[in-house]
Amino acid sequence: MSTPQNDVSQSAFRAALLDGSSPVPDGLKDGAGNPAARRFDVYRNNVAVSLTEALETGFPVIAKLLGPDNFKHVAGVFLRQSPPSAPVMMHYGAGFPNFLRGFEPLKSLGYLGDVAELELALRRSYHAADSTALAPDALAQIAPERLPEVRLTLAPSVEVIPSAWPIYDLWAFNMIPGAPKPQARAQDTIVMRPEYDPAPHALPPGGARFLDALRRGMPLGAAAEEASANLGAEFDLGALLGLLLSHGALTDINHKEDLWTA
Amino acid sequence: MFDTAAQLPALPHAPGVGYKPQHFSEIMEDAAPVAWLEIHAENYMGMGGRPLAQLRHLDEEFPISVHGVGLSIGGEGPLDPEHLARLKHLVDWLKPTVFSEHLAWSTHDGSYFNDLLPLPYTAATLTRVCDHIDALQNTIGRQMMLENPSSYLAFAESTWSEPDFLREVTRRSGCALLLDVNNVFVSATNLDYDPKAYIAEYPLEKVGEIHLGGHDEDEDDHGKPLLIDSHGAAVVDPVWALLDHTLALSGPKPILIEWDNDVPDWPILAAEARRAAQALTKVPA
Repeated sequence: MSTPQNDVSQSAFRAALLDGSSPVPDGLKDGAGNPAARRFDVYRNNVAVSLTEALETGFPVIAKLLGPDNFKHVAGVFLRQSPPSAPVMMHYGAGFPNFLRGFEPLKSLGYLGDVAELELALRRSYHAADSTALAPDALAQIAPERLPEVRLTLAPSVEVIPSAWPIYDLWAFNMIPGAPKPQARAQDTIVMRPEYDPAPHALPPGGARFLDALRRGMPLGAAAEEASANLGAEFDLGALLGLLLSHGALTDINHKEDLWTA
Repeated sequence: MFDTAAQLPALPHAPGVGYKPQHFSEIMEDAAPVAWLEIHAENYMGMGGRPLAQLRHLDEEFPISVHGVGLSIGGEGPLDPEHLARLKHLVDWLKPTVFSEHLAWSTHDGSYFNDLLPLPYTAATLTRVCDHIDALQNTIGRQMMLENPSSYLAFAESTWSEPDFLREVTRRSGCALLLDVNNVFVSATNLDYDPKAYIAEYPLEKVGEIHLGGHDEDEDDHGKPLLIDSHGAAVVDPVWALLDHTLALSGPKPILIEWDNDVPDWPILAAEARRAAQALTKVPA
């Protein structure tokens, strides 16, 4: 029979669920009325394994860099302090990059957070809204003297990840057979999704700043100037526009100056 | 109470499968004997990309059942209004043939545990579950089906049997039921009762869909069998036998094969669906 002592609140259930060392609530039984004991571990296991697998699927490069045992341990700490905040698992792990940056045992692997940021960006891109790309020759149709005043719109699936680490090279080394070993350097990365498959590309110096300026609505000329400032190298606008156009990263051209407020 | 029409949802009395993206090409080419597909609602809540593009193609060819796995209908707190809005958005544009969810909870204090957690069958749970079903049915503007869980343990505080509890939920909320025959087999084994007695008590006239799936075998502390609803293997023979027993009592129903983990190649999944089709041929229409 029910007594207040053996009623199990969801708070009590949750506390035991996430802490394997805490006792199983008293009011949980097997079919014969004995304490549920190990049976409760089915739920503990389902939660820990399913969330760990979700993180492993979402962060395959981090999983490779850490190795299976370390990854399981790190994921176990993360999922207990940051369980999903919504039942839409495609978004789970948004806090994982910052967690990795602050996780003391991984302090020597300073690049992990930015690599996780790139993996998160790939997932966001995969689920981003569809859009219609500009034709690859769209900019060739515009008179050269008007080009600096043109404003370009990036596809919703475009993601830019600036980093002080060679994160594209780290990603490629772990995901593309035969990719070269990463060399220590700062490297900005862009994710583009030509149809449904997002892929990262290393950006040339100044590229991330240029794309950020476009996002803020700056015209092409001003954005290129901003990208070139203090660069110490030449900003290759043509090459970057070629990269964007050939991967469907641009969706609109706007000629009207009055839309821009710096 | 939600104002539901007297008729049950209208999936075909034929096999369906839980849709997996790796089977897209084979399904679009020749899905036989699969006549309808089920998707997990939460996997189609992005803004675009391949998942939604595939779903639009599938929707042109097949009746679609939307199966929610994350609403936490049994949760002690209120339903998440943002998640209700996401479900409404999906149901509004897809206009699926049916919508179903679970008798379980999965969210507490803003944290989601990605598992179907168990409920005590008490007056308080009954009120809460019916209120939440009412909120959902009013939000999506249609009747839902509620699925019986797999149980690994029981609550000392329960005062209702599961079939009686579900019957009362349908009576109060106007929802229909989804009968997972594998879950019945798993729960009956784990909690020492007769699965046929459970089926005899179950309100089969409210069932709009049947689920079948595979389970894993483990043991509890006393060496007794502990079956785990893994959706990661073929349906076992005793579950097929329980399906035959159920169909003989209920008449033909839409039957779904769920295989969510260690997903097999299409021919293996199609063979499971074929076995479900054979089970249906033995039932007088």
